[in-house]
Amino acid sequence: MQTLREIASRRELFVNLTLRELRSKYKRSVLGWAWSMLNPLTTLLIYATVFGIFLRVEPDVGDPSGLKNFAMFLMCGLLPYTFLANGLNAGMTSLIGNANLVQKVYFPREILVGATVASWLVSFLIELGVLALVLAFFGNIVVPWVPVVLLLVVLQTMFVTGIALALAGAAVYFRDLQHLLGLVLQVWLYSAPIVYPVALVEGEVGTSGWKITLYNLNPLTRFVEAYRDAFYHLRLPPLDDLAYLVGVSVAVLLAGWWAFSRLEGRLAEEL
Amino acid sequence: MSDAVVRADGVWKRFRLYHERNQSLKATIMRRGRARYEEFWALKDVSFEVPAGSTFALIGHNGSGKSTMLKTLARILRPDKGTVEVKGKMSALLELGAGFHPELSGRENVYLNGAILGLSKRELDRRFDDIVGFAGLERFIDSPVKNYSSGMYVRLGFSVAINVDPDVLLIDEVLAVGDEEFQRKCLERVADLRASGRTIVVVTHSMQTVRSLCDRAVWLENGVVREEGEAGEVADAYLGQVQVDIQQAEAADPSSRWSQLRITQVELLDSRGRPTTRVATGDAVTFRMHYEAAEPVRNPVFSFAITTPDGMLVTGPNTKEAEVFVDKVEGEGTVDLHVPRLLLLLGNYDVTVECTNDSVTHSYHRWPRAMRFDVVPGVPHETYGGVVSLDGRFSIN
Repeated sequence: MQTLREIASRRELFVNLTLRELRSKYKRSVLGWAWSMLNPLTTLLIYATVFGIFLRVEPDVGDPSGLKNFAMFLMCGLLPYTFLANGLNAGMTSLIGNANLVQKVYFPREILVGATVASWLVSFLIELGVLALVLAFFGNIVVPWVPVVLLLVVLQTMFVTGIALALAGAAVYFRDLQHLLGLVLQVWLYSAPIVYPVALVEGEVGTSGWKITLYNLNPLTRFVEAYRDAFYHLRLPPLDDLAYLVGVSVAVLLAGWWAFSRLEGRLAEEL
Repeated sequence: MSDAVVRADGVWKRFRLYHERNQSLKATIMRRGRARYEEFWALKDVSFEVPAGSTFALIGHNGSGKSTMLKTLARILRPDKGTVEVKGKMSALLELGAGFHPELSGRENVYLNGAILGLSKRELDRRFDDIVGFAGLERFIDSPVKNYSSGMYVRLGFSVAINVDPDVLLIDEVLAVGDEEFQRKCLERVADLRASGRTIVVVTHSMQTVRSLCDRAVWLENGVVREEGEAGEVADAYLGQVQVDIQQAEAADPSSRWSQLRITQVELLDSRGRPTTRVATGDAVTFRMHYEAAEPVRNPVFSFAITTPDGMLVTGPNTKEAEVFVDKVEGEGTVDLHVPRLLLLLGNYDVTVECTNDSVTHSYHRWPRAMRFDVVPGVPHETYGGVVSLDGRFSIN
């Protein structure tokens, strides 16, 4: 409780650190903010070419939107994944990268992790905005569904922050976690319906049974499906999916925070 | 004391000394255990209170735990046992410009660093010109700090930290930054804060600072409070111990034992020829060194040097410059320096003695701080600090 109050009283620091992350991310590059667009665009181009054209993955048909476009289908899943990957990678190194701060000045250390995740959240929101515009070009008017997406963004931010907190604390003690995280993220990308529709998995393992249940337990699967419901299909995600995501996000945030507070005690010495 | 704003209560802090530091998961799993380490207690049951509005010094040798204590007060380190309490807004000058980002401009860094130290945007807007003016960086404030010289960097860092306007200021000897002009400004600002009733805790090696700036002090040795009390007394006790340590080191040093000539004793005699360690300004005194020459030494030069406890040389007369020559010394004897009126002012002084060859190129024996004596107020009566009286005469016309 006391930590919470303290964090609340350091809002300005949070904003400043977030701005620092954002500024330093793009300050040195000629293209500046364009980079934040260029990266997902390149990934989109590669995946759309490989999976959409070469491998001929059939995207779902928007229900009720009627949209059938692999690039759009892909983006609805790829953007949330990119936020997850960037948030975890950057959040994990946020303490190590700011060792001089942690060793010399006191402030609630959670703020560092939070600000790092927040800086990627800003990029994510901009990307979502661009996606909404492009979707409008393809005939999907997403305006009524924006509140749903914002709710999902809030939940996903909690989810990412929770894991990032635990990882940031652990990475101080185990520096090679960074390599491990790279592997995990790779597996995570293909374990969720991002570059392919769920229908492909259901075609293999059926629509019921433990295999598909396990597949659906993956929070990323549910997140991607929910984002797609709102932006691609233009419908409300199933309420049990939303309930699951709320539960998982809250639990992960609390667990991550608890882990962080356990690891926090000797941070300044171990860095 | 109920008005204590900083309180350490039975603080214990343990550090781990790693033998094999392994910071990887792989190695941990392979070796079934994270690392081999020894524990050592950097702070053992340290308690003290700093009354509101006072200036408090933490002193001790390197490794005595004083910086650890300061970091614990600053909440950077968490005590393993005991509690630390600081009331009011705290600013710590542990490292200047910590958190500056090289790519960002001076202006952006001022806001960022200010926020880290706990200032709101509005407070920073109000103080921005002061901060930049104090650092003297008006012309460079919009260029990235990576282009700053190290002096500029530190000046800006100090300027932000000092303008936080804290209730409690923690300082770790960082005042020795920048050129003299800037140091003077820093000291003035600290004095201002002191005068306006802020509480200051400082870690320092300079006993001059302790005596002139601080009200109270705590002396830490190997993590334990050796002495706590009035700043001047603690500083004296500390310096006394340093003295003993040096003498022991001297005695253990074989190079000083086998020489042709050795100085065996140093004394201060009062006007009646009695040994003393306490004299008054204006007294007639004699400094005497006893020597012992194992073999004949030709044309020796004897010198006395009087220094302050901080090591500032007050005066250093020798027999050569005084044109007192002796062809040869052998066996035991004494050298006297007679001072008809001692013009040193209130304080402690150390006497260093040395015997060299005629050209002052080879030292037969040098004995640093062989003896310490106190000077108490006398005539001329001056109590505004300083080390010597010029014994001048006023006339008002």
